[in-house]
Amino acid sequence: MDNVVGQKSGLMWAVHIATALLVLLWVIPTVGLLVSSFRTGDQITSSGWWRALSAQEQQLSPIRIEGDEVERDGAFVIEGNLFGGATAVSAWGTNVNRPTEFAPGDTADLGDGRTLTVQEDGSFVLSAPVTWEGGRLPRVFTTATTAPEFTTENYRNVLLSPLAGQTVFQAFLNTATVAIPATIIPILIAAFAAYALAWMEFPGRALLVAAVVGLLVVPLQLALIPLLQFHNWIGIGKGYLGIWLAHTGFGLPLAIYLLRNYMVGLPRDIIENAKVDGATDFQIFVRIILPLSFPALASFAIFQFLWTWNDLLVALVFLGTGNDQQVLTGNLVNLMGSRGGDWEILSASAFVSIIVPLLVFFAMQRYLVRGLLAGSVK
Amino acid sequence: MNPAIQALLTIAIGVGGCIGYFYLANVVLDRVLFPASGPNAGRNINRANMVRPWLFLLPAIMALGLYLTYPVFQTAWLSLTQDAAGGERVFVGLANYAQMGSEAKFWESMRNNMLWLIVVPAAATAFGLLAAQLTDRIRWGNIAKSLIFMPMAISFVGASVIWKLIYESRPADVAQIGLLNAVWLRFEGGVWSTVFLRLLPALLLAGFAAAVLWMGWIIARPLARGAARGIAAVARAGGGVIAALIGATALLWAFGALTATLPYGTPRQWLTIPFWNNFFLMAVLVWIQTGFAMVILSAALRGVPEDTVEAAIIDGANPFQIFFQVKIPQIMGTIVVVWTTITITVLKVFDIVLAMTNGQFETQVLANYMYDKLFRANDWGVGSAAAMIIMLLVTPILVWNVWTVRREMR
Repeated sequence: MDNVVGQKSGLMWAVHIATALLVLLWVIPTVGLLVSSFRTGDQITSSGWWRALSAQEQQLSPIRIEGDEVERDGAFVIEGNLFGGATAVSAWGTNVNRPTEFAPGDTADLGDGRTLTVQEDGSFVLSAPVTWEGGRLPRVFTTATTAPEFTTENYRNVLLSPLAGQTVFQAFLNTATVAIPATIIPILIAAFAAYALAWMEFPGRALLVAAVVGLLVVPLQLALIPLLQFHNWIGIGKGYLGIWLAHTGFGLPLAIYLLRNYMVGLPRDIIENAKVDGATDFQIFVRIILPLSFPALASFAIFQFLWTWNDLLVALVFLGTGNDQQVLTGNLVNLMGSRGGDWEILSASAFVSIIVPLLVFFAMQRYLVRGLLAGSVK
Repeated sequence: MNPAIQALLTIAIGVGGCIGYFYLANVVLDRVLFPASGPNAGRNINRANMVRPWLFLLPAIMALGLYLTYPVFQTAWLSLTQDAAGGERVFVGLANYAQMGSEAKFWESMRNNMLWLIVVPAAATAFGLLAAQLTDRIRWGNIAKSLIFMPMAISFVGASVIWKLIYESRPADVAQIGLLNAVWLRFEGGVWSTVFLRLLPALLLAGFAAAVLWMGWIIARPLARGAARGIAAVARAGGGVIAALIGATALLWAFGALTATLPYGTPRQWLTIPFWNNFFLMAVLVWIQTGFAMVILSAALRGVPEDTVEAAIIDGANPFQIFFQVKIPQIMGTIVVVWTTITITVLKVFDIVLAMTNGQFETQVLANYMYDKLFRANDWGVGSAAAMIIMLLVTPILVWNVWTVRREMR
C-alpha cells in the first residue's frame, strides 16, 4: 500500500522474511507430527523428528542371534548378518548394562569358550565348543548408524489393530456417521427457516431474528445435562440419533444467521416475478433460492462439518463412552492417556483424524473464508 | 452388518426423514388442508400462505427452543437444586454456588479463565493483524495465508497431540524429541540467550503493556474532558482501571523477564510448571485462532479506502503512522468483532485442557471444571452452577449482539 504514490518500499525483503518466519512457525508443529508418523518408534525416541532426513546413530533394540549351526574344526559356528540393509555398527555389546562394550571387529568372550565377533557391517560369527541346540542364543545390543528410513507401518498398525478398545478405522466410521448427517440435517432445517425469515411476511419476524442472534453465543455447555435428561425421557438415550439432534440444535443459530443474511441479499425481482408467474413459496424455495444460495450453503456446510468432525465434548456426552462408540477425537484422548509416550501410534492416529478436515479445508477454503466474512463482519 | 453399510443406512434415513417432512408438509397444506382450487381457492391460498412460514420455521423453532433455550432455564434450575434420596431434586437456593465458591479448584479455574480471556484474544488478534498486514503486500501472500489458516481445520484434540510432541521432555542424557526442549537446551546463558530469552520477551511484554495502556487511555480520555456521564462514565472508568492493571502487570513481567534466573541446561517438563503451563496451553489456541483473525482482518484492511491512505502519505506519514493511526482506527469495529468471537471460543475451551493436562498442575479452566463436576463427580448441582458462570460471562456479548442486530434491522 506504500507504493500508491509511486514509491516502492525498500523494506520488502523484511516483509518477505517476516512472513516466511511466521508461516514457518505456524507450519512446523504440524510437520513435526506428520514426519513422526512415518518413523518407527525406535527412530522417534532416539532422535528429534527434524533429524529424520539425516543418517543417525542410535541404539537399536536388542537382536537375538539366529542362523544355522555348522560344525567346523571342532567348533560349532553360526554365521550371518544382524541386519538386512545398510546399517553401520559403531559399538556393540552382549550385556544389557554394557551395550557399547565392544568396537566393531572385537571378539567377545561369552564364557565356557564361547565367543562372538560382530563386524561393522553387522555380520557376526558365533563360535562355541559345544552345540547351542536346546539353549537360547545370545542377544546382541548394537549402536548403529542407520540410513534415513520411513515407514507406513504405523498407519497400518493404528487402522487395523484395536489399541484403545477399537481400531482407529472403526472410530473413523463412527465420526463419519456422526458428522455427515449432523451437517446435512441442520442445513435443510436452517435453509427453510432462513427463507421464511428473509422473504416471508409474518408477525414476530424481527423478534425471531434477534432471538437467533442471541442464541449464537449460548454456550452448549449449558445444554448437556438437560438434554441428556430429555433424551432419556423420550427414550432415545445415548446414540447417533441423540447426537445428530444435539449437533443440529447447536449448529442451527449460525446456519440460520448465515443463510438468512445471504438470502436477504438475493434480488427481489426474481422472487416477485416467480410469484407473479404463479409459483408457490415451496417451488420458489426449491427451484430458485436453494440453487442461488449455494455459496452460503457451502460455507455453512464446511463450518458444520469441521465442527462436528472435530468435536469432542458433544460426542463424549451424547454418544456414550463405550469402546465401539468412540469418535476419532475421543479415541485420540484415550490413546493420549493410555499410550502417552508411544508417539508412533499417537502421531499416526492424530493424522488419520486430521486428514479429512484438512482435505475439506484445502479443497473448499474459498467458501470457508466467505462464510467467515459473512458470519462476523457486519 | 458391516458398520460402513449401517452408517450409510442411518445417514439415508436421517436425511430422508428431514426432506420428507418439508415435502409432505407442503403437499398436505396445499392439497389437503387448503387446496388452491374449488370455490374457496382464493381464501385458501391466503390461509396457506399464513400458515406456511410457520411450517418452514417449525423444525428450527423446535430445535432452537428445545436444544438451546430450554436447557438454559433447566440448567439455571438444576444449579439451585441438589440430589436427594429417591432420585428427587430438592431446592437448596444458592448452596451449590456457595460450595463452588469454597473450592480452591473453582478459583483456580476462574483465575486461569481470566488469563485465557486476556491473553488468547489479544495474542490471536495481534498475530492475525500482523499476518494480514504482511501477507497482503506480497505475491505469495495467498499461500502464506492458507498455511497460517490451516490449523482452523485441525481439531482441538489433534492440535493438542501436535503441541504435546513439541512440549515433550526427556531425561537430560538422551536425545530430546520435543522441539521446545531441543531449542531450550541450545541456550546456555551466552549473548544469544540474553537476546532471545530476556530482551525479546521483555520487549514484547513492554509492547503489549504499551498497547494496553494506550487502549486504556483511549477508553478513559472522555472522562478527563468530562464528556462521559452516568453509566458510560462508570464503564469507561472501569475499563481504564482494568487496562491500567493489566498494563502494569505486563510491565512487571517485562522487568521479571530481564532479571529472572533461568535454569539453563536442564530439560523442562513444560506442562507441569505451575502458572506458566497455562501459557503453553494457550499457545495451542492462539495457533488455531490466528488464522481466523487474519482472514477477517485482512478483508477489513483491504476495505480501508485508498484515498485515506494516500492522503496520509502525502501528508508525510510513515508506514507505522499509516498503520496505527489511519488503518487501525478504521477497522476498529472488525477488531472488536474478532476479539469477541475469540473470547466466546476461549470461554468454552475444554478439549485442549482435557487432552493435555486434564486440569492438573493448576491448569484447570471453567469448562473442564464443569465437565469434571457433571460427569466425573456426578454432581449436577455444582456442575450446573459452573455452567451458569460461563453463561453469565457470555451474557454481555449476547446482549450486545442482539442490541446491534435490532438497531440494524430498524
